[in-house]
Amino acid sequence: MNAHLGYLGDQHAQRLVPAESIVRLEKVSKTFPGRDGQPVTALQEVSLAVPQGSILGVIGRSGAGKSTLIRLVNGLEKPSAGKVIVDGSDIAALPEAALRHARRSIGMIFQHFNLLSSRTAAQNIALPLEVAGYDKAEIKARVEELLALVGLTDKRNRYPSELSGGQKQRVGIARALATKPKVLLSDEATSALDPETTRSILDLLARINHELGLTILLITHEMAVIRNIAREVAVIEGGRIVEQGDVFEVFTRPQHEVTRSFLADESGRALPPYVQNRLTPEATPGSQAVIRIGFRGPHATDPVLARLARDLNIETNILSGSVDEIAGRPFGTLVVGVPEQVLGTTLDFLNKHGLDTEVLGHVA
Amino acid sequence: MSPEMINLIANSTGETLYMVAVAALIATAFGLPLGVFLATSGKGELFAAPWVNRVIGVIVNATRSTPFIILVVAIIPFTRLIAGTSIGTNAAIVPLTIAATPFIARLIEGAIREVDQGLIEAARAFGATPLQIVRKVLIPEALPGIVLGLTLAVVSLLGFSAMVGAVGGGGLGDLGIRYGYQRFMPDMMLAVVVVLIVLVQAVQTIGDRLARHLNKRIRHA
Repeated sequence: MNAHLGYLGDQHAQRLVPAESIVRLEKVSKTFPGRDGQPVTALQEVSLAVPQGSILGVIGRSGAGKSTLIRLVNGLEKPSAGKVIVDGSDIAALPEAALRHARRSIGMIFQHFNLLSSRTAAQNIALPLEVAGYDKAEIKARVEELLALVGLTDKRNRYPSELSGGQKQRVGIARALATKPKVLLSDEATSALDPETTRSILDLLARINHELGLTILLITHEMAVIRNIAREVAVIEGGRIVEQGDVFEVFTRPQHEVTRSFLADESGRALPPYVQNRLTPEATPGSQAVIRIGFRGPHATDPVLARLARDLNIETNILSGSVDEIAGRPFGTLVVGVPEQVLGTTLDFLNKHGLDTEVLGHVA
Repeated sequence: MSPEMINLIANSTGETLYMVAVAALIATAFGLPLGVFLATSGKGELFAAPWVNRVIGVIVNATRSTPFIILVVAIIPFTRLIAGTSIGTNAAIVPLTIAATPFIARLIEGAIREVDQGLIEAARAFGATPLQIVRKVLIPEALPGIVLGLTLAVVSLLGFSAMVGAVGGGGLGDLGIRYGYQRFMPDMMLAVVVVLIVLVQAVQTIGDRLARHLNKRIRHA
């Protein structure tokens, strides 16, 4: 019973190698002049470090400050206080010309792609190279390389209006990579795409991260994006980072209310309606307590309910459940009902076995 | 219609085309940078200079609100300075240009303001200078709109050019007034109107086609 099926322990150890941060925000605040003269605070003392070669996702609702945060990294916005260090230089302190030069090593992709409608796919990809002063032969060779990288070689002469959303974003990615940046900023890059296309764009980003060692900082309001691609996550709310850490940790043990609400729609966390509708905060005579059990890592495949029945003779009522993979590691969730009188014993037993428990309420 | 009349119409058409073409070219040469500046010098924009923007805006509006016939007369000393004379086709080009420049500037400003702000942001993000953004992003993206605006300006210039007959500017308008109206030659008047209609149609058709050809936002079959 101590063989943990499907769990690869050494995979976990690998990612603990310390990496230098290529992007570092130090106590960054940003206020905008408001309409009524009152300054509006978009970010408040935000500190964030993006390790070289990693993928960090910042998740937040609209208006949480994530757009401002990502625009600070390439100097499209200047911080009101604090430092923004990218690849060793303080972006906010750079004069315009130096900033423009620094931006060549920071690529950016956008929700609405922001491609020039008057230029073909190849010409759009060529634009940053023209701006940077490359000669024609270099541009031609680099554009071909990039078209091949994003799989659009046969669409090189198409205008954006002739391309699908996913293809447009591929052009956007190729354009962002044209000047061989060290960091890629992704501003809701998949929010305008359908789930299938989103998946293929995320796969492409993951491949670029892996093959080119490119660091990716992305902002999104979709937990699925974080789950599929990011290794680290920061949750932003009201201009502050409220939770930050390893994606698996944050997904499986969310600490902050906002994080939980983002996770609510994720598979395994949403209660089926027939349970949700009957859920009450207080126990009533004859009711059952509803517990969510989280199986992480080594315990993901443990037959714990069988043991509960065998060792303590407690019978549980399975209400919903799923086994999922987050950041490459298995994670199971079970929602069970147990008689009120054995709730304490059950929780003790589960916690003793290293499982996460959360009492959701009671059903009659 | 007598050969003399046909000859007169042909000459006048030539004068009109000459005045309009030269005035349109010069007005575009001034109006394009002016329009770009108006579109990019507002608060927080690429070449932010809100005060200069406002002053130029006022001058542009003042010129545009002066009735053309009054402008023609009011700037006679200036016309004489530039063209060496205040009568004739060349002299007429001066007020035509002055009237058309702010008009074209506003039309170009409008076309450039139509360009998606996201494109400016993208260009800034990959390190383009403000001038590069104008040359490589704003003007190419606004080109279909600019062409439509210039078409409108040329059509308006055809109308204005008829008025410069008042200062001996020649052209179709002059012909219509002197022969059609003052000498009671309704067939001459009709001929002038027909030629102007054909010219306007031709200019509009060419402009529309060119703009459609340049517009890559729409899928072409």
